Amino acid sequence: MIEMIDVKKTYPNGVIAINGINVKIKPGEFVYVVGPSGAGKSTFIKMMYREEKPTSGNILVNGLSLPSIRNSKVPLFRRNIGMVFQDFKLLQTFTAYENVAFAMEVIEKEPEEIKKRVMEVLDLVGIKHKARMLPSELSGGEQQRVAIARSIVNDPKVVIADEPTGNLDPETSWEIMNIFEEINKRGTTLVMATHNRDIVNNIKRRVIAIESGKIVRDEHRGDYGYEI
Amino acid sequence: MKFRTLLRHFRESFKNIGRNGWMTFASVSAVTVTLTLVGVFLVLMMNLNHIAGNVEKDVEVRAHIDNAANQNDIKAIGKKITEMDGIESVIFSPKDEELTNLIDDLGDNGEAFKPFEQDNPLRDVYIIKTKSPQDVIKVAKKIEGFDYIQSVKYGQGYVEKLFSFVNIARNIGIVLIVGLLFTAMFLISNTIKITIVARRKEIEIMRLVGATNTFIRWPFFLEGLWLGILGAIVPIGLIAVLYYNLYKYAQPQITFKFVELLPASPFIYQVSAILIVIGAVIGIWGSLMSVRKFLKV
Ligand SMILES: Nc1ncnc2c1ncn2[C@@H]1O[C@H](COP(=O)(O)OP(=O)(O)O)[C@@H](O)[C@H]1O
Ligand SMILES: [Mg+2]
Repeated sequence: MIEMIDVKKTYPNGVIAINGINVKIKPGEFVYVVGPSGAGKSTFIKMMYREEKPTSGNILVNGLSLPSIRNSKVPLFRRNIGMVFQDFKLLQTFTAYENVAFAMEVIEKEPEEIKKRVMEVLDLVGIKHKARMLPSELSGGEQQRVAIARSIVNDPKVVIADEPTGNLDPETSWEIMNIFEEINKRGTTLVMATHNRDIVNNIKRRVIAIESGKIVRDEHRGDYGYEI
Repeated sequence: MKFRTLLRHFRESFKNIGRNGWMTFASVSAVTVTLTLVGVFLVLMMNLNHIAGNVEKDVEVRAHIDNAANQNDIKAIGKKITEMDGIESVIFSPKDEELTNLIDDLGDNGEAFKPFEQDNPLRDVYIIKTKSPQDVIKVAKKIEGFDYIQSVKYGQGYVEKLFSFVNIARNIGIVLIVGLLFTAMFLISNTIKITIVARRKEIEIMRLVGATNTFIRWPFFLEGLWLGILGAIVPIGLIAVLYYNLYKYAQPQITFKFVELLPASPFIYQVSAILIVIGAVIGIWGSLMSVRKFLKV
């Protein structure tokens, strides 16, 4: 499903963000990526959706070798994965409904199917009643629900999330985690960078800890393992 | 691309116009200012060109034939002139006709020339028009060398001055064009700079969600087209009203022989069409330029 082989990433300014990573994530897994700030978690995640290319090594996602995908083909690759971010990344001029529908419009789905499916996923994340609202009219938690709905609307095999609860209060974070658990239960692979200690310690899943660009720990049902 | 996707792009482009409220306003204003300048300039240039054309059209070579030439000689000269390069028309005007024309032209004063009808002092004349008015001087010089040519007239002195005036006017036109293009680009690139931050995020997100560059470009392309057309409305209205009135009230006051404005009726439509096309091109160009940077190709 996802595989990294001897991956290294040095940014143009000389910062070595990932320094030799080998990892395999199997279909249906739920993986936390933890580590101190600046450890390389986001870089690790970004390489999975081909936002960054490794300086050396190879990354396979859904059988595709990401470093060899041309820039112009990157959007096509991303249609098969869902992405969720700390800052939601919603189109500010689009309503909740339109934000989710957009992901289906780009793959030229039938309007009828779009309508049906968008309402379905909005219902799943519990925000159907606010479909017509703009992101600016929604709370952080509600915006993240819209973003999650968008990430799963095309039934991707993998959902990748970078600190999805980073901007949310604890209670809202738990609600969001319930949705992620639900998605994972349906068979979707989930990779999530986080430094939410409570969540990692309570919803026990595989934990990959990164420090200074290297995997220092990889446990089947791990703990967060850091103070704060 | 499926047809419904194209429809979607149209719908999206209209929505964007509304959604991006003040951005739309800023872009339309930039196009409006540019097109107003371009429009005024077009009106000036096209009329100037029209007047210059009128004046040039009147330029002709008159070759006076010596009385010693017989019918055959005259015919031979006519043939020789016709065979020269760049000749548009050659008309033979016998001296009787020349005298009649002269008497007619002078009106009442013409009576004084009546007695000459018995003993015409004028000459037979070939009236030559060249394809390009600027060739007149060259042609005249050549004809001067032919046999039985008494004299060649083409408005010596006057024609040279006229041509240099027309050339200067046209060069000023070119300078104005270049100046305006720079103004337009400056205005539009400034507007783009203002809008760039909002668009960058938008495009980044679209790419994240799987939109190809073509898919992203379409609504922007159409949006630019609408902005350009919207921006053309005010300049077209302004120029139509002003020119219509100028033509209606100012034209009758002008008494110089060649100074004649282009008739309002087809001219206003032509200028409008040109302005819409320029507006569309500027709008599309500006819009696509603003996304180009963020479409990592
Ligand atoms: N675009 C970039 N250009 C240069 N350096 C970067 C860039 N992104 C991240 N870095 C650096 O790479 C290291 C890892 O960053 P990041 O992957 O964001 O870590 P984390 O998400 O674990 O906080 C940090 O030292 C950071 O400053
Ligand atoms: Mg990070």
